[in-house]
This record gives sequence, C-alpha cells and structure tokens, in this order.
Amino acid sequence: MADARSEVLRRVRAALADRPAAPEVPRDYDRTRDLGELPALLAERIEHYRAAVHRVAADGLAEAIAARLAGRGARVVVAPTDLPEPWRVPRVTWRLDEPPLPVADLDACDGVVTGCAVAIAETGTIVLDAGEAQGRRALTLVPDYHLCVVREDQIAGTVPEALARLDPVRPLTFVSGPSATSDIELDRVEGVHGPRALEVLVVG
Amino acid sequence: MGSNPVTWLGTPPFPKAAHAALGDSQLRANLRKATGTIRAKRAEAVAELSDWERLRRAGEAIKDDVLSRLDTYLERLERAVTERGGVVHWARDAAEANDTVLRLTREAGADEVVKVKSMATQEIGLNEALAAGGVHAIETDLAELIVQLGHDRPSHILVPAIHRNRAEIRDIFRRQMPSAPPWLSDKPVALTEAARRHLRRKFLSAKVAISGANFAVADTGSIVVVESEGNGRMCLTLPRTLITVMGLEKIVPTWRDLEVFLQLLPRSSTAERMNPYTSVWTGVTPGDGPQRFHLVLLDNGRTNALADPVGRQALRCIRCSACLNVCPVYERTGGQAYGSVYPGPIGAILAPQLVGDMHDAQAASLPYASSLCGACYEVCPVRINIPEVLVHLRAQATAAKGSRGPEALGMAAAGWVFADPKRYEAAQRAGSLARFLARDGWITRLPFPGSRWTASRDVPAPPAESFRMWWRRTRG
Repeated sequence: MADARSEVLRRVRAALADRPAAPEVPRDYDRTRDLGELPALLAERIEHYRAAVHRVAADGLAEAIAARLAGRGARVVVAPTDLPEPWRVPRVTWRLDEPPLPVADLDACDGVVTGCAVAIAETGTIVLDAGEAQGRRALTLVPDYHLCVVREDQIAGTVPEALARLDPVRPLTFVSGPSATSDIELDRVEGVHGPRALEVLVVG
Repeated sequence: MGSNPVTWLGTPPFPKAAHAALGDSQLRANLRKATGTIRAKRAEAVAELSDWERLRRAGEAIKDDVLSRLDTYLERLERAVTERGGVVHWARDAAEANDTVLRLTREAGADEVVKVKSMATQEIGLNEALAAGGVHAIETDLAELIVQLGHDRPSHILVPAIHRNRAEIRDIFRRQMPSAPPWLSDKPVALTEAARRHLRRKFLSAKVAISGANFAVADTGSIVVVESEGNGRMCLTLPRTLITVMGLEKIVPTWRDLEVFLQLLPRSSTAERMNPYTSVWTGVTPGDGPQRFHLVLLDNGRTNALADPVGRQALRCIRCSACLNVCPVYERTGGQAYGSVYPGPIGAILAPQLVGDMHDAQAASLPYASSLCGACYEVCPVRINIPEVLVHLRAQATAAKGSRGPEALGMAAAGWVFADPKRYEAAQRAGSLARFLARDGWITRLPFPGSRWTASRDVPAPPAESFRMWWRRTRG
C-alpha cells in the first residue's frame, strides 16, 4: 500500500482527470476607497467594538499613557523589551519581557502597553506583527488590559491596503476590539479569554 | 455505511429527523430568534461594501483556481511549512488523521489537550478517538464547550449551541462545571465569565493544542485562524506543541488572496466588519509561540467530491454559515436533523459527497432537505450554486435506487402514458374521477400509495372536463 502522501496526491490527480481550467481571478474589487480622514474613521470603528479610543498629539503621548494606566488602576504593567523609553511612564512598575516572563507572571500583571504594525481604518483593526514595540504574542494576550499606541502613518484605509504592508512570515495578530462572543443566542458579549479591555491611543 | 464519521451513526433520514425536530417548539423559538437576528445584521454588514459582488466573484475564482491545481498547491504548501520548521502529515481518512494526532500528542507527553473550534476535527470525531486513546480533549470555544458539557451534538457551523437558549445553558453549566456557582444567572455576561474562569487554568498550563485552519497560504506556508473569543489565540500561542488539522481544500495560493477572504468571511459569518481576532503563523517562530508545529492534511472524502465536476464547487466553502441562517428549512428543523457536523444547505451538498455513497439512506436523503428557493446561493460569499448541486445529487440518489423502485416504476409508467395522445387522454379522464374524493374542492387524502404523497400535501380537485375535452366540445 502506498504511503498516505502519495495516495492522497494520486487521488487528487485522478479527481482532476477532466482538467478543469484555472480561471482568471477578477481583481476589480476596490483596493482603496475614499474613506475620509483615516484616524477619525479608525477611532469611530474601534469604538463601535466597545473599546476606548483617544486621539493625542505626539508631545502629549507619555502623559496620555500615564493617564490611561492610572485610570485603569494598572500598577504592574508588562512592556516589550523595546518599548520606547518615554512610554515607560513613572509611578508604574514596569515588567520588561527580558528574560521572557513566565505565563503566570503575565497573568498576574494588570496590563500591557505596546505599539502596533498596521491599523485598518475601515474595519477598526489593529495588527501586531511581533515587531517594534510589540513583543511576542503572549504579551498582548494574557494580561487582561491592552493599551495600544497607533501612529498616524501606520493607519491603512482598507483590508487590501493593510495586507500589502504586512509580512505573513512574521507571527501576526489582527485585533478588532476586545475579545467577544456571540455564542449565546447570537447576542454579542465583550470580554472572554483575550484581554477584556482594549484601549487605543491614536497619535497625530 | 455506518463506518463513515461524517454522518452520525444511527441518525434517521432527514424527513424523519426533521419531523421529530419540528415537534420541539422551544427549539424552533430559539432558532427563529437567532437566525432572524443574524440575517438582519449580515445584510447591514454586506451593504456597507459597494464592491461586495466583485469580492464574491474574486473569492469564487480564487477557490476554483485552487481546486483546479490542488496537487501543485498542496506540494507548495508542504514545502513552505517544512522550510519554516513545521512538520506536514497526510491523512487519507478520519482514522489515519486521528491516529496521527494521538501519536503526536503522546510524543509530546500530554494526556490532556486544549482545542480551538474546528469543523475538520468534529468531522473526523477526533475527541472520541483521543478519549479512546486516554487523552482528554477540552473544547475551548464557548459554544463547543456548551455542546461538550451538555453531552450534545452541534447544530450550527459557527454557533454549534444555537439550539440552546440562555436558561438551558445556565442549567448545563450548573450541572457540569465545578467552578460554576449555584447562583449563576442566565445573563450571557455571567455565563461567559463562568466559561472564562473554567478554562483559564487549562490555557495557562496546556502542553498541546489542537486547531483547525480557516486558510493556508501555499506560497508562504502561513496558516490563518479566524475567531472571536481569544480561546484561539490562547491555544495557538501558549502551548509548546501545536497540531493543526485542515481539509485539503483550505488553501489559498498567495498572501494577497486573503485580502478577499478577510472581507468576505467576517461579514458573512458573524456580520462584523472584522472578527475580534485573526491569528497568522508560519511554521515555528523561535521565542514566540509553540516551538513544535504539526500540520495534518486531511482528505476524508474531499477527493471524492473533487472528482465530480458539478459537486466540486462545494469545496469552495469557507464555513461562514450564512446559508444556514437564511434557509427556511434549517430555520425550522435546526441542524441536528441533518445528522452530520455540516448542517443546512451546505451540509446537504457536502455531507453526501464526503460520505460518497448514495446507497446510504441518510446521506441520500439530505439533498432533498431543501425547497430549492435559492436564498443560500444568493448569500454564499464564494457563490456556491447550492440549488444546482442539490438537484445534481438528487439525480445521483435516484440513480442509486435503481430502475425498479416505486418512483422509477411510476416515472416509467408516466413516460409510457405521455408518449401517446390517446393514452394521455384516457388517463386524464380516469384521473378526473379523483374529484369524487374531494371535499370543498380539495383532496386531502388519497388511497395508498397516493396517501404517502397527500400525507404532507393538499391538492385541488381535478375538474370534470379537461382543457382538451373542452376545446373539442366548443371549437372542434
């Protein structure tokens, strides 16, 4: 008997004995759209998911981070190793992910502060790619509160525009609001296993 | 057949199962509410994109391209995953896939695994196979957890516990969840919180996770899981070993193709602009996430469906469940009457093809679970012409019954009568006698074998004179 791999491939080839033609993919859908001012749209769409969004000027960012963390009562906060120095505001105990924090430690922290790779205005989505100021995936997953900083130049309008900016070989997480479920009577409830609170600071 | 895991052993053919389901007024109320809600929301989410029809056509073409060159794309995917540190396994059928997952779990030294909701692992009965091998599988999606704790069966692709209302779910949690307090309320928020507490420790300590895949990018080897609760992220990120089971047809050729599906899927399934979480990973990333990754490529009847030039379009399905939510039959019978993990219109064309045996009375009954109204085709994000495949499979089911069944004999007799005008008119005259069975112009009960037809239908009484007779009398 042939091994599973050869057998499955043989079956696939036999099934395609009629040689169906590969169609040309029509790409006439919108790559971009006139969406108005992107930061405003992003803020509106994220809020729709019941996450809090604040627009801040670049020179007010540190102050805004301090205010958000204080507002949440977050005292012990996780930071990716390369979180910009000015973002690590005083009166907070920063837990740097170096050496990598055990999961139990992440679970005991009050929150996490990160940047992002790309944001999608139309869908209110933030994409993390484990790159600059983001750290590994567990950091934004285990703590119950995620404060995410989005720079204006990181905002793409549509899904196609955002995907073009991303490298799929990096571990990617698309975040659209706090964790949620519609499993009970298709009624949406925010806050399940992922962070139950998401706050976004849009800079610029 | 009995040995196929696609349909549940012992489920009666659809008409019988549907009859039982229709008698459950609680079930019908739950379904009417849930499907009504989601239908309205989906229509809104779709109306927001002016290029929706163009996205559907692109989605259709991308999937058709994948199917037409599936062997090439499978080999490409295998190479890309392997290059990035993953291990690819192939499984001809459910038993082979289950054996592979069990072996890999044991090798990882685990007797418990956490699971992300996955249709493929439901289809192959993985949880039962793992249990038989001494491994306990914990479903972590809320609806799957409700089904698992209730020792129940799923009834919807996206929301497997859609047939349960909040009070029923509270009762299941109180009975089955040790951490649930006796005063647990039936508010969805409270029930969700109970599930979070129940699963948290499992997530943080699990060594092995098992997932399905929504998409796999052949070019890069990237796997995509689309979810809402974060249970997926927990499983895909924290354990040391990740085992993903995916059907052969889940491939997209390039990363760019996802720009189509990440728009089509969330708006069609949960009626959101974007689902809360989508995870993408490629092989193993040092220092981030599972350090061992296994991908199991599952056939289990898919190549059988692929061999049918009409039926193969069912393999375009991205499991959004929009067709269930608009189906008048599904809304009334619920998913369990279909007797398989794939209920509703898509299930009615997918399950029989995966089973691949129209002599299986249950599978052969599924293509008839439709009024052919076409609502499913209209909402399908990859334009699967479900009514076309239903009719095609009905023809196969009829052919499988052979030329000596009552239906075939009846059709042969009708053919003989229609072939000759004299025979036709004689039959009309005989048929018009049926008017004496009518009351108030309607026949509600015919003698056997007509009684089987009138059991669910009324017919207007035939007139005393046919059109041809009238024509001859007045103009002839």
